[in-house]
Amino acid sequence: MSVESPRVGLFVTCLVDLFRPTVGFAAVALLERAGCRVEVPEQTCCGQPAFNSGDTPDARALARQAIAAFEGFDYVVAPSGSCAGMIRVHYPELFKDDPEWSPRAHHLAKRTHELVSFLVDIRGMAGVEARFDGAVTYHDSCSGLRELGVKAQPRRLLASVEGLELRELPGAEVCCGFGGTFCVKYPDISDRMVGDKARDIAATGAGTVLAGDLGCLMNIAGKIHRDGLPVQARHIAEVLAGTDAPAIGEPSA
Amino acid sequence: MQSTAHAFKDNARRAVGDARLAKALGNMKAGFQTKRALAIAKLPEFEALREEGRAIKNHTLAHLDLYLERFEAAVAAAGGHVHWARNAAEARDIVLGLCRAAGARTVTKAKSMVAEEIGLNAHLEENGIEPVETDLGEYIIQLRREPPSHIIAPALHLTKEDVEASFRSAHTHLDPARVLGEAPALVAEARQMLRARFLAADVGISGANFLVAETGSAIVVTNEGNADLTMTLPRVHIAIASLEKLVPTLEDAATLLRLLARSATGQEFSAYTTVVTGPKRAGDPDGPEEFHVVLLDNGRTALLGTEFQEVLRCIRCGACMNHCPVYAAIGGHAYGWVYPGPIGSVLTPALIGVEAAGDLPNASTFCGRCEQVCPMKIPLPKMMRHWREMEYERGHQPRIVRHGLALWAFFAKRPRLYRRAAGAAMRLLGLFGRVHGRYEALPLAGAWTRHRDFPAPQGATFQQQWAARRKG
Repeated sequence: MSVESPRVGLFVTCLVDLFRPTVGFAAVALLERAGCRVEVPEQTCCGQPAFNSGDTPDARALARQAIAAFEGFDYVVAPSGSCAGMIRVHYPELFKDDPEWSPRAHHLAKRTHELVSFLVDIRGMAGVEARFDGAVTYHDSCSGLRELGVKAQPRRLLASVEGLELRELPGAEVCCGFGGTFCVKYPDISDRMVGDKARDIAATGAGTVLAGDLGCLMNIAGKIHRDGLPVQARHIAEVLAGTDAPAIGEPSA
Repeated sequence: MQSTAHAFKDNARRAVGDARLAKALGNMKAGFQTKRALAIAKLPEFEALREEGRAIKNHTLAHLDLYLERFEAAVAAAGGHVHWARNAAEARDIVLGLCRAAGARTVTKAKSMVAEEIGLNAHLEENGIEPVETDLGEYIIQLRREPPSHIIAPALHLTKEDVEASFRSAHTHLDPARVLGEAPALVAEARQMLRARFLAADVGISGANFLVAETGSAIVVTNEGNADLTMTLPRVHIAIASLEKLVPTLEDAATLLRLLARSATGQEFSAYTTVVTGPKRAGDPDGPEEFHVVLLDNGRTALLGTEFQEVLRCIRCGACMNHCPVYAAIGGHAYGWVYPGPIGSVLTPALIGVEAAGDLPNASTFCGRCEQVCPMKIPLPKMMRHWREMEYERGHQPRIVRHGLALWAFFAKRPRLYRRAAGAAMRLLGLFGRVHGRYEALPLAGAWTRHRDFPAPQGATFQQQWAARRKG
């Protein structure tokens, strides 16, 4: 393994792939700035929706597909704590009784990282060269925070962005109510949770909310727009990479 | 207790629309979360203590038969009696039989979730015995004929105004001019009412936080001292507890007590921790003449050796529900049975059947906070996922969920097809959504767009653009 220039497979995540490719390109840019060679093997989904719905056969099928697609990279990096957590924590669980796939799942799990923690913890990135004018607040997505310990790393990199002022969000560690299929299976409960989250975000006075997971961000952005709150939502990778694209759910024309 | 867990979705919808409930639940953060965090910050060895507590319970569960027999022998040696109840009906009948043998007309009760589980109050009332709840929260909800909404704070769903109104309608002697707006006045009023009941009761019924195998003791913690009066004043004391409350030694109980108070209320120790061993001995100044322990199984031993065994480590501190964002949104009653919150979402399907409580393990975002704060490190999300797995295997999930999942999985397992289909769909959604950037309504996405806008995709997918760049 070359430490100087590791070969990184980007697990782009289905939401970024489908809804917000600019996050994927921001991740590529950041990884390249951190000295990585980035490749994107053909991929679909990590299988988390099936896994969390109790559909273990499909979860295993998708996990095997991802394990096979990402074999041979020095690292696998995802711009999402949720998908990286699925691979790191739950793939080994899925195959614990499978002598063929268990070692392959473990091998992938230990090389897989969430993007921002990878940049800081593994690549030693201390700051970025980016500029963002204004106050932002940051929501800690649950899986990244509690499964992977992503907490200080995003704050550290945000502190290096010129012009950016971080205003801590009260209740930043409380779930936004997305929860994958939860938000459509229990829309009323989810609405209360994201409604509280949107109100807390607006109360910070920051014009932008950042997070490391697009699922949470689409949920939060959708509620902010519905409630007419003066806040924009962006993925943290876009700010760190200096991506110039309309915020989530904002018109592009 | 009658379950409404099957109607969870309706219960939850009503609960989120209840502004009064939202106000009552709003106090939870300051009341529980902050206090717990402060108490734990003051105890650097808290993590080590968690590990120790977990090991104690794991050991006990691995040798449960041995410790149960040892407990029974120790209770008998101290002059008490152990009664074994396989299910709720047996437990109710044992308690009723003991009350009848004592000629009881009224019984005082210290807070017991197991008594709720077996529906004890209703059974006693039907048989002409009046149960009197002596924990303030339980007393309030007994006046209101409501079940508890939280395992350590049964009246958490109520505001001070609600309590005052209940007191005024039940305590008819009250002078309307008397001020009852604040907690101390409410406590004083309840105390005054309860004093006479304590003295008149024939039997006292308590739960138990821990049962100690080496000594045959029951340990009960409260902050009001009501359990002590319940256990020592009447002639007969009955402690009812589920069998996983067992620990080998007093030393073990002491370890778990340190975890319990901090996790529950942020106290270093509960105000009253009472160890009861046998009836009054010759020379004791007070205590009951008879001491009985009713040990309830009610489905618990069936969990031993399964993927749910670890849930039997629970010490009922309530930290999981105190930190659960779903509980905070809907309160305890919506869960529909005795144990709300994450612990209930795992335990209720085990005790009343997953077909009667199928929504509970699904109504979680898997945010992981419950497991993070659980003093016994019970992997609650993982267990909820096990329930979902069983529901999926049995085809219990709603058809729309199954079909939606199957359709999505069909594409996701075929990367080429997925790329083309998803690419076309996103191009279309992106094109029509470009002007506004989002959708206020979308076919098939009603559950999302009922409450939030749906952000439009940017257009071509990442993988399409990446492939184009590589070619270019």
